[in-house]
Amino acid sequence: MLSLVEVFEANLSGPLTSNLLLDQLPSYQSLLYRRKTTGGTKRRLSTRGRLGSSGSGKWGVSTISRQEEKQKLELKPIRELAKPMAEKRSDKTQRLAEAQELSSWRHFRQSARRFVRRLKEDGDEWLDSVKLWRSDIHLIEGERQELRMFGTGIQSYFYFLRFLVMLNLIIFLLMFSFVMLPIIVAPHASGNISYNLNDGEDASFFLWQFACLHLILLTFLELISIWKNRIVYPSSARRGLVIFHEHITDLLSGGGDSSRSATGFKRNLVQDADRFQSFCNKIFAGWDFCITNENAAKLKRSSLLYELRTDLEEERIKQKIADRTRKEKCRIYLIRLLLNLFVIAVLAACFYSIYIATIFSQQAQMKNTKENFMVDLIYEYLPSIVITLANFITPFLFSIIINFEDYSPAFEIRFTLMRCVFMRLTSIGVLLFSLWSQITTCKEEPCFCGYNLLYSCWETRVGQEMYKLTIFDFIIIAANTIFVEFPRKLIVRHCDWGLAKLWGQQEFAIPQNVLEIVYGQTICWIGTFYSPILPAICTIKYFFIFYIKKVSLINNCRPATRPFRASSSNFFFLVVLLIGLALACLPVIVSVAHINCSQACGPFVNYTTSWEVLPTTVSQLPHGWQTFLYALSSEAFAVSFFVVTCLAMFYVIALAGAHKRVINQLREQLVMEGRDKRFLIQKLYQAQKVSVVRSSASKPRSSSSSSPSYHTSFSSNFNESVFLAHPPPDSATHRLSWCGSGGSVLLLGSATDQSAKMLRIIIRADFGALWVLLCITYSQFMTASSDDIVVACGGFVKSDVEINYSLIEIKLYTKQGSLKYQTDCAPINGYFMIPIYDK
Amino acid sequence: MGTTASQLGKDLLSEYQELTFLTKQEILLAHKRYTELLLKEDLAKDLSSIRVPMAKILTLPELKSNPFRQRICRVFSTSGLNDGSLSFEDFLDLLSAFSDSATMEIKSHYAFRIFDFDDDGTLDSSDLRNLVNCLTGETNDTRLTNEEMRQLIKNILEESDIDKDGTVNLSEFQHVISRSPDFVSSFKIVL
Repeated sequence: MLSLVEVFEANLSGPLTSNLLLDQLPSYQSLLYRRKTTGGTKRRLSTRGRLGSSGSGKWGVSTISRQEEKQKLELKPIRELAKPMAEKRSDKTQRLAEAQELSSWRHFRQSARRFVRRLKEDGDEWLDSVKLWRSDIHLIEGERQELRMFGTGIQSYFYFLRFLVMLNLIIFLLMFSFVMLPIIVAPHASGNISYNLNDGEDASFFLWQFACLHLILLTFLELISIWKNRIVYPSSARRGLVIFHEHITDLLSGGGDSSRSATGFKRNLVQDADRFQSFCNKIFAGWDFCITNENAAKLKRSSLLYELRTDLEEERIKQKIADRTRKEKCRIYLIRLLLNLFVIAVLAACFYSIYIATIFSQQAQMKNTKENFMVDLIYEYLPSIVITLANFITPFLFSIIINFEDYSPAFEIRFTLMRCVFMRLTSIGVLLFSLWSQITTCKEEPCFCGYNLLYSCWETRVGQEMYKLTIFDFIIIAANTIFVEFPRKLIVRHCDWGLAKLWGQQEFAIPQNVLEIVYGQTICWIGTFYSPILPAICTIKYFFIFYIKKVSLINNCRPATRPFRASSSNFFFLVVLLIGLALACLPVIVSVAHINCSQACGPFVNYTTSWEVLPTTVSQLPHGWQTFLYALSSEAFAVSFFVVTCLAMFYVIALAGAHKRVINQLREQLVMEGRDKRFLIQKLYQAQKVSVVRSSASKPRSSSSSSPSYHTSFSSNFNESVFLAHPPPDSATHRLSWCGSGGSVLLLGSATDQSAKMLRIIIRADFGALWVLLCITYSQFMTASSDDIVVACGGFVKSDVEINYSLIEIKLYTKQGSLKYQTDCAPINGYFMIPIYDK
Repeated sequence: MGTTASQLGKDLLSEYQELTFLTKQEILLAHKRYTELLLKEDLAKDLSSIRVPMAKILTLPELKSNPFRQRICRVFSTSGLNDGSLSFEDFLDLLSAFSDSATMEIKSHYAFRIFDFDDDGTLDSSDLRNLVNCLTGETNDTRLTNEEMRQLIKNILEESDIDKDGTVNLSEFQHVISRSPDFVSSFKIVL
């Protein structure tokens, strides 16, 4: 658009003409119009002179800004110009020539900048070449390309996994340095920890034993997977190191994942505010140009096709929903209500069975009857087994149920997911609840020391439960890969049996997988308070899940038919993780604040509840700190803090609103620019026709352009500004004036075609009932040459008396009297213009 | 290839570095790949005078499975014959636009030209139809039905055609692309 206007400015002969043309632009007109409407009463009071000056002032400002923009355009690095190399090179020499004309200081500055940039590039290159495992990283990049064919969502799933590994490592390091190290270094400094080795129930010992045992098991598993990996990929261990190295660099660069997801969230916010852009995204940014594999290309094609079809289908369904009758609506709502009740019943049943299983397993362990190893193991792991089973079955049930509820497909997926999230995360809550109900109730009604004496070290017991859940979760994930997905793939690949084909290969469903690892993370968070080594175990666990998932993805799975977009998924992952964190905090806080801590072991033996450590520690602090902390916890501070936070939030919300408004305004501006463009193209088209006719008379200035300039859409159609070089032909311009009417009309275009259009221009001025001007002109133009056509009809409304031009409306009627066009005068000089092509 | 280093002089190399988004290694790699495409008798000739025909370029594995490969060649070719043949500098331009560090503006500009099948400067419905067919595949069973296609094009125009003139122009296209989060990461070709 910009360049187009510049072309006009450059080529039209006089400043007056160009201004006239620019004044005609629809955007300028509506700008005037808008200013008129918004500044309502004020405008009416102001004099005409002021109006004019403000108008032209505004115009001047925008012209200047345009020039600035032009300058900026020129200062852009040459490599950012979208031109072929030869043109870039000539640009560069031209720029150099221009630079010589510059003052020596600027010249120096430019060359210095160039030198620094060159130096930096060289340095980067050098660094890149020395970097550790550079070739390996490139290899992994290549592998990522392999992951790429499963869609960007999968990629972000793996980023997320990597992020969790890092997170757990940090938590572990914190726990290690603040909790475990003091205990190891000075066992008696951090409170009385009784090591009652004789008692088989003793906490720490048992926990450590347990942990060691499982660690051995775990290392074994790890070795197996490393070995397995090595078969699949040579030098995988080294690659693991590379990944680790990448983690650290990623972490140092400020947690790329979270910032990435934040941008995704922002984008989502903006996109939610305005139109839904799904189709354009799929079409214009749908193809992944990185794909080099024919097979991947085929997959991508089919998934795109599927996506487009489903989206179109969705639209049709939406249409159907909109057309629903009341009776149908009632029926559907009834079905939904019933099914939701059913879902609640299923959830209740699951929770109840978890509760029963927990209590049963706890009691069985209490009795300590050694029946046989297997049964004991099953008793011990009963809650975990029940939870896993529930988590396994309910998603299936939910996905069947949702089909009957008749939601739109996108909502269906989201709703099932929400149910699954609820199911998974609450099941941990139920487990903890049942544990606590066991711990806090005892046979004789008021418990002796606040908890059931059978659980002398209940913290350890909770830690153990969490630990078992973590291990079990890992085993299930591994087993699922090896014993379910792999055979399934074999069956599908090697059986020509109809049902197997129908069943198909495992789909890598991102939501379910994310939920799985978030579930593990929630357990880890809950357990961290009771068993500080859990984050370390989780770090290792996720590290191996990364490999298991990768192998399973590449070997066993086919890409999801409904790909998950990276931008939306990153945000979704973090939201689920946040929900997990909130859910993890709840039971821990309750237990810290409410339940009496065990008297036999743990660092809190001297306190009634764990929370009491805090007040005691505070009372031991120096006086200054104490007053500071008390001030922090006082109501005055809390209230003021609350108010300040509210204010900050209010500010942010207001800011967001303002930004939204700006976006809307920018969109309006775009629409306006579009109208400008269309208007100018029409003009240009007319001019082109004229010039074609007159090409014999006027020698066209041919501009040598080797490639079409794409700055605006028209300039490739019409060879740059050749046609614009013609001012409106003088011979075709008639100045007509009507006497007696008080108005004079200048017609830009010339005589019309044979159809002899009738123009009725009604100029109505209404200035405080002082002056009413009505000018009806019936004019019939005969054609001078049949090739000429009318471009537009415009002129000035003139008056001997001072009138308010902004109140004048100009209308174009057909012979039959139907209104074709309506416009306002320019408030400054009474200029108006009616385009009459197509009318 | 011992001669390649001497063929690309130091000055030329630094000039290419300045004019494109490519690093030194990438330019050298591009040169190596380009000379591999040349015929024996071309090797002796001056690099700037050689053009590799489109059919030869399309054998590159990076382009082989790309549905827009012919469009890409035509857009980046500066040959007057419009045959899609690429000189080495055209080839560098191509890689520069598809490189990691190229700006969004450059990428969207070239994407627009690639999608503009009839080179008329706007994406009209026939361009969009071509584009969708390229994406989904040309065979009959993978193609959308006429009804679906009509609906799809209507939806695309509804979303992107801001000035409602029935076509998508460059600024509209760039506007749409700027809000498409996955575009920059997917509009990439790395040798």
